[in-house]
Amino acid sequence: MDTPVLKKKLGLKERYAAMTRGLHWDTTYQPMDKVFPYDKYEGIKIHDWDKWEDPFRLTMDAYWKYQGEKEKKLYAVIDAFAQNNGQLGVTDARYINALKVFLTGVTPLEYNAHRLFAHVGRQFTGTGARVACQMQSIDELRHYQTETHALSHYNKYFNGMHSPKHMNDRVWYLSVPKSYFEDACTSGPFEFLTAVSFSFEYLLTNLLFVPFMSGAAHNGDMSTVTFGFSAQSDESRHMTLGIECLKFMLEQDPDNVPIVQGWIDKWFWRGYRLLSIVAMMQDYMLPKRVMSWREGWEMYIEQNGESLFRDLARYGIRKPKGWVQACEGKNHISHQTYAVFYSYGAAAAFHTWVPEEEEMAWLSEKYPETFEKYYLPRWNYWREQAKNGNRFYQKTLPMLCQTCQIPMIFTEPGDATKIAYRESDYQGDKYHFCSDHCKEIFDNEPEKYVQAWLPVHQIYQGNCFKPGVDPTKEGFDPLLAVFDYYNFKVGRDNLDFEGSEDQKNFAAWRGDSVQGAKK
Amino acid sequence: MSNVFIVFQDNDDSRPIIEAILADNAQAQATYPTGLVKIDAPGSLVVRRETIEELIGRPFDLQQIHVNLVTISGHIDEDDDQLSLKWNN
Ligand SMILES: [Fe+2]
Ligand SMILES: [Fe+2]
Repeated sequence: MDTPVLKKKLGLKERYAAMTRGLHWDTTYQPMDKVFPYDKYEGIKIHDWDKWEDPFRLTMDAYWKYQGEKEKKLYAVIDAFAQNNGQLGVTDARYINALKVFLTGVTPLEYNAHRLFAHVGRQFTGTGARVACQMQSIDELRHYQTETHALSHYNKYFNGMHSPKHMNDRVWYLSVPKSYFEDACTSGPFEFLTAVSFSFEYLLTNLLFVPFMSGAAHNGDMSTVTFGFSAQSDESRHMTLGIECLKFMLEQDPDNVPIVQGWIDKWFWRGYRLLSIVAMMQDYMLPKRVMSWREGWEMYIEQNGESLFRDLARYGIRKPKGWVQACEGKNHISHQTYAVFYSYGAAAAFHTWVPEEEEMAWLSEKYPETFEKYYLPRWNYWREQAKNGNRFYQKTLPMLCQTCQIPMIFTEPGDATKIAYRESDYQGDKYHFCSDHCKEIFDNEPEKYVQAWLPVHQIYQGNCFKPGVDPTKEGFDPLLAVFDYYNFKVGRDNLDFEGSEDQKNFAAWRGDSVQGAKK
Repeated sequence: MSNVFIVFQDNDDSRPIIEAILADNAQAQATYPTGLVKIDAPGSLVVRRETIEELIGRPFDLQQIHVNLVTISGHIDEDDDQLSLKWNN
């Protein structure tokens, strides 16, 4: 006799156990260590993978359901934005340049993150970690796609957005984010999670996705704010993966503590350097300001980081080595970074400009100790020069830091008038660094960082020209050949915003009827 | 004591969740950066399913909050009835 069995629906914890941990088995034909060969060589000791916690306990079925909802919401907005010519509603066309930086600098990282999470999602011995990484891998692919879809609308109207992936693989300033990820990708799986999930996602990513996306909303960019928050809604899970992985390593064996501390020191500094470009976007590239870089840093890093590291102290973990210096940098790095892009404005695929009078006043107010003292005089000088038809463009190539790949632009701790230079000797060669911390990262793994693909070195070695280009030919212009290799449209993508095609088009489109806009 | 925080998109879906959090956590404070609602609370914070259900008058699956969640701080624990955030210090 068949009596239907009425089973109570499983609770979240049981459902998670059944649909995640329950999918795992120990292999018998081959030893487990041969099936999962990559999660031991870093020296991290794991005794019991069952202790891995996934506090959201999200199972795959629920994951698809909620991700599907997010996508529907997002694409409704992207469509509405395109149909309503939303690009004409942004504050002014200077704002678009922040999107160009985002598309070429950040979006390709999403794709790299997708690849790497797929890799570690296969390689961890523990199922909890594998499932969390697999979900994140799909999230990152989604971020790559949705950012590309959303921003492709701007590409119809504005210059410099036509080949983000190509540029990310070649352009000098884009080697900064690219090298950060490739450094993480070429680490072991535990270091990778410490680099990307903990240092980047947990500690630092709030600064990119929260104040910057609020800024997009403030500047009338409904499309970007929507993909930003949609991506960020996955971020809570990613951050959780980061902190849980960190706690798991620390709880499993005391021998793990010094290894993890070393990674925190390294990746906090790498991430901090990477974010200098976000600092610049926040302070200089949003025509309508929401929050200064410094305020964001205080809210999301100082306050929150204090709480976090007080909490981790019970494992014997202290704040990252570069903490104090990074906190001092909150008053400087946006100004120093934007000044470099302004002066290298001929060699970038986005426009720069001298801040307007009221923008300078805002910067003075937000940076009372530093802006007027160190940075305003230079802007006044450059503005004067530009007015006299002498807009300053740097024509030589900069020396780069071997570790972070940023030009030597940052100043000495405690002295913002003096550029910091450090160097190390390794196997008969000299290597240069922007800071003590970048030098220390190199000194710990010189065999890795001597392999860095430094754009300036590559240009000088003749590796950044298109195939078939003959540098010995009469009238050869090396810089133009490099821009051609980058796929820059010289005169359209680069140079000052003042006088640019973007500026003229936007003014015409807004002045004329919307009918006048051409694709 | 350290603050924990939770941030949602400022939209209609989030409204009952915010209301529930403010009702259940006497010390929680909401601020509204453009596009967002950020709730800070000293030490810990809890999001209760029942409170949300009372406000909206229908069943609510707590995992639904993932759709509008923007960021969080603190250690998380979630089951069918509540999601909690706390610092152990
Ligand atoms: Fe992402
Ligand atoms: Fe550096």
